Amino acid sequence: MTASYETLTGGLTKSDEIKAEYKKFLGRKLLLILFSLVAITLIGAVAATLGAYPITIIEVYSILFRGLFHYPETTAEIVVWNLRLPRIIMAILAGIGLAIAGTMMQGILRNPLASPFTLGISSAAGFGAALAILTGLGIFVGEYLVIANAFFFSLIPTFVILGFTRYKRATPETMILAGIAMSFIFSAAISLLMFFAEPEAVKEAYFWMVGSLGRALWEDIAPVFTILLVCVSLLMWKSWDLNVIGAGDEIAQSLGVNVEQSRKSIMIIASLLTAGIISFTGTIGFIGLVSPHICRMLIGGDNRFLIPASGVVGAALLLAADTLARTVMAPIILPVGILTTTMGGPLFLYLLLRRTKEFW
Amino acid sequence: MRLRVKDVEFSYRSVRVLNGVSMELAESEMLGIVGPNGTGKSTLIRCLNRILSPQKGTVLLDVWDIKKIRLIVQDIKKMSLMELARKIGYIPQTTSQVFPATVFDTILMGRRPHVGWRSSEKDTEKVLEMLRLLNIEEFAMRDINELSGGQQQKVFIARALTQEPDILLLDEPTSNLDIRHQLEVMDIIKNIIRKKGISAIVAIHDLNLAARYSDRVLMMNSGKIFAAGNPSSVLTPANIRDVYGVEADVTNNSDNGRPYIVPIRAVREDER
Repeated sequence: MTASYETLTGGLTKSDEIKAEYKKFLGRKLLLILFSLVAITLIGAVAATLGAYPITIIEVYSILFRGLFHYPETTAEIVVWNLRLPRIIMAILAGIGLAIAGTMMQGILRNPLASPFTLGISSAAGFGAALAILTGLGIFVGEYLVIANAFFFSLIPTFVILGFTRYKRATPETMILAGIAMSFIFSAAISLLMFFAEPEAVKEAYFWMVGSLGRALWEDIAPVFTILLVCVSLLMWKSWDLNVIGAGDEIAQSLGVNVEQSRKSIMIIASLLTAGIISFTGTIGFIGLVSPHICRMLIGGDNRFLIPASGVVGAALLLAADTLARTVMAPIILPVGILTTTMGGPLFLYLLLRRTKEFW
Repeated sequence: MRLRVKDVEFSYRSVRVLNGVSMELAESEMLGIVGPNGTGKSTLIRCLNRILSPQKGTVLLDVWDIKKIRLIVQDIKKMSLMELARKIGYIPQTTSQVFPATVFDTILMGRRPHVGWRSSEKDTEKVLEMLRLLNIEEFAMRDINELSGGQQQKVFIARALTQEPDILLLDEPTSNLDIRHQLEVMDIIKNIIRKKGISAIVAIHDLNLAARYSDRVLMMNSGKIFAAGNPSSVLTPANIRDVYGVEADVTNNSDNGRPYIVPIRAVREDER
């Protein structure tokens, strides 16, 4: 009896220790999210001051405040409200969306290399945009045809893969390989289009594909925000299922999760989210790949926290990258897509070097 | 009876793996399944919790009906995955966890069939209780991928128990473990079965572990049940020779009265 009494009392203090440690870990997760939110506000404020027209941070804040009550009138107000602010907001929305889509893709495919583009989404979107631009329809009908076309085509790989899973089981391997195949098919189609197109049109199509926030307008913010809000809410609701799927398909099923169905629905939502963003911005690489990895290193793999954390980290990263892209070679403004990829590569290698375990 | 399996047949594409299997599992019973590689042990276990769906036959569970206040027999095909997950826990051989997950969060997954999106204080208490029960509190906040095979196996048992199932399915729980962990894990399972009145089905390669821990042993051969009964009636030299093609000495363990098997040599094909 003495032995069991000892384990009982020993156990209770141990439990309290574990609880305290768990709470501390929870605090760390929330701290990362809070820290990223602060970073976004700071970078955003600095970003609004940078550019050809000089404005100080204090002016920016007062313009922002005044702008809430009347339409922009002075040059400074127009620059901040109509040029810089939509770009900054688009950077934040796109960063959140791409990073969360990446987290979900990595989660359902249980693959650290997955990103929003693993399933061929980016080359399909590129094809859609190129088709609209190169056939000249984009110029006549307007910018929105390019967006609509990119959006429409970017969803094709997802639906092809879904159709595929009617014949093959929806395992991560099948989906990744099918995605790679779709990616090649659309890349080839782009090359074919470009081969026959006028050089000027090719250049424009190429600029689209690189990915830039320079095209962002206030009118674009509302649809992107809506897609983001709907998709992220749905994905958050699936976050615990995603954790369970991370333990393996059979385990997930034995815990009551319909794995294949969850995998398909998460894939559709994440694809919609990606398509909704990149049809406005062009393909911006690496945010969706790097953000989830950074967050996993810092706060572990629990998707209930990983999803929001990688969203805000992605937003901070993209906003910082775009701010740098606007200033590093001023007055030339680089497309942010080039910058994320050139910075993302080395950053990813650095993360790989720093990892201590099999995974983070 | 907790579980009844009737004439189950299962094929992967054209290969028939289970060929008319029938069996029963009683309350608080530990049922060991033995048999050579590829004989359908794992397949049978996966047919019991719908990871696989048998082409023929039925799997019936005793389910407590709250409205009628009595036990009713239900076909698992007619149950939702959530309902089934509250009845049957499953413990695989190894983990396929790729991304980091703490032991605590891994065990918390076991509450998935019971609660929705948020986990409550009660769920936390359940996890803490399991950590205590399996004596793995010191690993609670460690990453599951950092643990040894034996420690991982305990975590998986804890997760399955957090599901609060009536039946545990274990697929070769000792196959990657050293002898100390083999005994530890089997003792844990046995004790929990007694304490909580759970039944367990354990696919196991080691005949001596099966003999020592099972209440009943099911010997399978090429997708069929070759023999079933108490360990000493199933684990006989004749059965072992017929099923495994191995000549073995079987003595009686004086400590616990269970059969003790010493394999001598593989029987040549022309001798069989």
